[in-house]
Amino acid sequence: MTPPRRERGLVRPYVVTGGRAYPTRNTFDLVTLVIAQHDRPLSELNPEQRRLVELCRGGALSVAEVAGHLELAVSVTKVLLGDLVDSGHIVTRAPIPKAQLPESQLLQEVLDGLRASL
Amino acid sequence: MGSAPASEDVYLRQTVRTAAKLLVVGHFAVGKTTFVGSLSEIKPLRTEETMTQAGALVDDLAGIDGKSTTTVAMDFGRLTLSDQLVLYLFGAPGQKRFTRLWQDMTQGALGALVLADTRRLDQSFDVMGLLEEHDLPYAVAVNHFDGAPSYHEDEIREALDLLPDTPLVTCDARDRISSTHALIALVQYLQVRNAHRTHV
Repeated sequence: MTPPRRERGLVRPYVVTGGRAYPTRNTFDLVTLVIAQHDRPLSELNPEQRRLVELCRGGALSVAEVAGHLELAVSVTKVLLGDLVDSGHIVTRAPIPKAQLPESQLLQEVLDGLRASL
Repeated sequence: MGSAPASEDVYLRQTVRTAAKLLVVGHFAVGKTTFVGSLSEIKPLRTEETMTQAGALVDDLAGIDGKSTTTVAMDFGRLTLSDQLVLYLFGAPGQKRFTRLWQDMTQGALGALVLADTRRLDQSFDVMGLLEEHDLPYAVAVNHFDGAPSYHEDEIREALDLLPDTPLVTCDARDRISSTHALIALVQYLQVRNAHRTHV
């Protein structure tokens, strides 16, 4: 089973968000894909925001992966991401595009991919 | 054991545009982390979420592994299925008090695989109830533990009170191929449900 993780990253989790528990926008799913904009200066960011942007400069990641790599709670990560989208440092790709891609097509693609991995 | 090769690639391929999400749920120590780890192309990651105060007061994890913290962990992994599509697998405990975690997990999820242990089938009811509350379709995979009793499929179905069309498969969560087959059974079921729903 899963060993308890060191808890450094979870001490006073909302300090890094200025005490806020909810993001400025409610558009983040766990699998929303995010990526950093390279042309934005990091100078105005706080250390946690900077860590996040630096992580996301390497390529696209899901919100859950960002939280996992930074060892931050998902809710905290969403607050940080909301601010960084507002400031133009981070852009999102759509999450599971239920409205864009019919679920039947998505399921078929998942099935094809799983079968191909056997 | 056929575990997935650990990839050095932290980031998604640039061509990936779509992320699908499936849940791997079940009671404590049923093999969720092992299952996710067998399939994931990245080293499985973990995030934690703070629990509600109300949950902390009735924390039945107290005493297990000396666990008395007020956080809950969620393990997840990633599987790139094509140039455009990536699948995320989220494994999380099925306790009711983790409300926010469950909202996060179920939002946009296609479905769930319930891992079960024949030695503790009764402990699967909580999680199946939660999935039904969240209206998320699921299949059941009995994770075969060495030395665990084998039952006939009918007996397990009856013990778990499964609907006739709910898939029931067995798997070895340590094995990538076996675990993949369990996910395939789930996705095939989701397809049938989906086709039924859109044609009625």
